[in-house]
Amino acid sequence: MLFPTATRSVLRSVGALPRSTSAFSSPFSSPSALRRLLSSLAVLEQRDGKLNHGSLSAVTAAKKLGGSIHGFVAGSNIKAVAEEAAKVEGVEKIIAVDNAAYDKGLPENYAPLLVENIKKGGYTHIIAGHTAFGKSLLPRVAALLDSQQISDITAIENENTFVRPIYAGNAIATVESSDPVKVITIRGTAFPAAEAQGGSATIEDGADPNVEISVEWVSEDLAKSDRPDLATAGRVVSGGRGLKSKDDFDKIMLPLADSLGAAVGASRAAVDSGYADNSLQVGQTGKVVAPQLYMAVGISGAIQHLAGMKDSKVIAAINKDAEAPIFQVADVGLVGDLFEKVPELTEKLKSS
Amino acid sequence: MSSLRILVPIKRVIDYAVKPRVNKAQTGVETAGVKHSMNPFDELSVEESVRIREKKSAPGGVEDICVISAGPAKAADVLRTAMAMGADRGIHVDVKEGEELEPLSVAKLLKAAVEKEKSNLVILGKQSIDDDAAQTGQMLAGLLGWPQATQASKVTFAKKGDSVEVTKEVDGGVETVRAKLPMVITTDLRLNEPRYASLPNIMKAKKKPLVKMSLSDLGIANERRLKIVKVTEPAPRQGGGKVEDVDGLVSKLKELGAI
Repeated sequence: MLFPTATRSVLRSVGALPRSTSAFSSPFSSPSALRRLLSSLAVLEQRDGKLNHGSLSAVTAAKKLGGSIHGFVAGSNIKAVAEEAAKVEGVEKIIAVDNAAYDKGLPENYAPLLVENIKKGGYTHIIAGHTAFGKSLLPRVAALLDSQQISDITAIENENTFVRPIYAGNAIATVESSDPVKVITIRGTAFPAAEAQGGSATIEDGADPNVEISVEWVSEDLAKSDRPDLATAGRVVSGGRGLKSKDDFDKIMLPLADSLGAAVGASRAAVDSGYADNSLQVGQTGKVVAPQLYMAVGISGAIQHLAGMKDSKVIAAINKDAEAPIFQVADVGLVGDLFEKVPELTEKLKSS
Repeated sequence: MSSLRILVPIKRVIDYAVKPRVNKAQTGVETAGVKHSMNPFDELSVEESVRIREKKSAPGGVEDICVISAGPAKAADVLRTAMAMGADRGIHVDVKEGEELEPLSVAKLLKAAVEKEKSNLVILGKQSIDDDAAQTGQMLAGLLGWPQATQASKVTFAKKGDSVEVTKEVDGGVETVRAKLPMVITTDLRLNEPRYASLPNIMKAKKKPLVKMSLSDLGIANERRLKIVKVTEPAPRQGGGKVEDVDGLVSKLKELGAI
């Protein structure tokens, strides 16, 4: 692999520069010289010609690193998306590739596309969200670059050192990467999306290797909802096994969500029992959320569920079992029958 | 259609029901004397492979289901479990306790195994519940240049030919893709419900072949790119107590600025 070697040697020669001139420069020149070399590529998501603003978290993470920030978008008629992305605060340049072959973000051709542009741009850090798109794409990119990806980071200590939860959030690991190109996915709730206004990046056509795609996109079935998106909502109400049926889930949880302007989530038990759609699952293997308010209804609070919501600002719990583990993390708990308490709560929220 | 030679990578992890504790030296979590079992997503991979054979869903049939695990001597236990579930044979790549491989190294190891075993389908879990990286399957597909279908909730074989349709769990719903063998699939929770190994099958599994290998047999070195600086406990969260009624709940939420 030519590229990592090249970057390593560039870094090394620049790293050596301040040392040789150390007699004439301040002791702080070395890190700042390195910082100037640091350049990040934020991989932005788009769908049907619209920029996914959630993916602007990658720009925020790049800002924390310092150095120059470029954004990357690809798909058909990408111009509008590129122009929207160019307004994002802090971005110097948008690399855009106009080709319908990338519309669905399939990693089989999107990964070689990214690798080509990463090599061309000589980036030191590649950042994407730890979303379905980022999770399927970035490890493939990392393997092609021979880099050990750092997944789902929640903090950046310096350009080599990152913090990420392991064991369903029961431990926090700080890791230092020795790879010349850092491939990183970030936890969206830990990095707020960058301002979509105030920037004036240039737009440049990216390289397009036109790799033949080995997979065919057949169809999709996305849950349609007027409620806020679960991953980014300010308030989330989540139902568990205690809801007993899909009808009850809809009857109890949806009005509560609407009275709070909240997104709806669910525990694995509720999803497995068919009360709620898979995409609503909150937890280690579902979505990780960190809203202002998380209200857990009929959820006992298993480790795997807590992994997905324990960074919420305020946690409220309604459960008939006073011993349920959820009460150990809840800021406010109400012991009682949810079929009675939740409708009452919904009414009171509506009238207040 | 070519008959299937399925490779199923599995990992021995701390049991999902155990709450892990960070060790005193802050270098990792306490593993000594802690219950371990097969990574839950890997059970789904084994189950799916066995079902493909039982349901005869692949037109060319299933020639071989080989499970592979890299880890200390005890990794052999999870390989036996997988064989008791229906896998034909196992490969144990011996890695010393505490010298765990990073996903990129595992992907390289699996690439070598795929070539050696002439596998045409690799089914992995979407993530292991210890490092939560969610990388190995995608990395392997990238190294092999094979198509990948991640977070599968449904796998369907075409009646003829080498075509496989996979429904994947994505943000907001599901997505279906179609690819031709050889390919890599990673499993999600909704794919199936793994069976328990019955006692007779556990006994039979003891007689199934289990080959032990070293990393160097597969031409792999344990090259670590990430240094663990430290591992700490997450900031504890204190419960804020309980309220008596709905009015109490509303006023507390107001007080906390949540509504």
